[in-house]
Amino acid sequence: MEILKLEGTEDTPKIMLDKKNGIFEISGRSLPEDSAEFYRPVIEWIGEYGKDPNPSTEFTLKLEYFNTASSKLILDVLSALEDIKNMKIVWYFHEDDEDMEEAGQEFSELVEIPFEFKTY
Amino acid sequence: MNYIYDLHRAMMAQNLIIVYQGEFTQETTKSILAMAERNLDSSGEESGIKRKVFNVMVESLQNIVKHSSEASVAAGSLVSQSAIFMIGKQPDRYSIMTGNPIKKSVTADLKRKLDDLNQLDKEGLKEMYKEIIKNTQISEKGGAGLGFVDMARKSGEKLEFDFPEMDAEYNFFCLKVNVAREG
Repeated sequence: MEILKLEGTEDTPKIMLDKKNGIFEISGRSLPEDSAEFYRPVIEWIGEYGKDPNPSTEFTLKLEYFNTASSKLILDVLSALEDIKNMKIVWYFHEDDEDMEEAGQEFSELVEIPFEFKTY
Repeated sequence: MNYIYDLHRAMMAQNLIIVYQGEFTQETTKSILAMAERNLDSSGEESGIKRKVFNVMVESLQNIVKHSSEASVAAGSLVSQSAIFMIGKQPDRYSIMTGNPIKKSVTADLKRKLDDLNQLDKEGLKEMYKEIIKNTQISEKGGAGLGFVDMARKSGEKLEFDFPEMDAEYNFFCLKVNVAREG
């Protein structure tokens, strides 16, 4: 399966989705002008991956900041991951960033996927 | 030429650290954010406060971008360029302030929405956020309908707003969101 790799910019996160090497990560800042357009390839990639996933998947979300339009799309990403077996979300937040910790907790209450919380 | 000094004094009196009036796009949003970030960094602001200010800035700026594009289609570029963005810095708080024209016909709905938000406490805002994010679809303008809820949550204070009349068709929507500075 093809690797989806996007470099991060000042308003879009870094994306790394690599089935072969087991790397699944969205990190950085997310405040694109058109969040639906930005996340469309990510959600499509996950849709393909879900047809033949690895035995288990650790999906890392390490976001420094995201706007409200992105939060909706992050929920869409999580919903796409929800149906894949042995899925786990690793939610990183900066150790003094309570809002990002709380955001992760809220997402974990909205989908049926185990979340692991880690600080950086 | 007195207006230069007058404007300068008005800005100083209100403790405004950034004032921007003009075209609002994603590009100007990024520039204003970068400028404000440098300002907050160089003043050694605490990172939690900085993040909250940044958060409120993004939502308020992107609100203007979305709504000015809508207004410019309706009324030509003059309306889209008549928005304003300001940050004030007091010893005890930052204030993120915006003003932009809105159609009179949508004013009552917006006022009701903001009044409703101001009735909610921290838990109530959280519930509303979760309710909206579960049920909303991204609009054509790219909004999730979460911006004001998020601003109220990050602020922790009531949103201040007013709608002075511009002309027969438009009001000027003024919004002030405070972020307390601790310690």
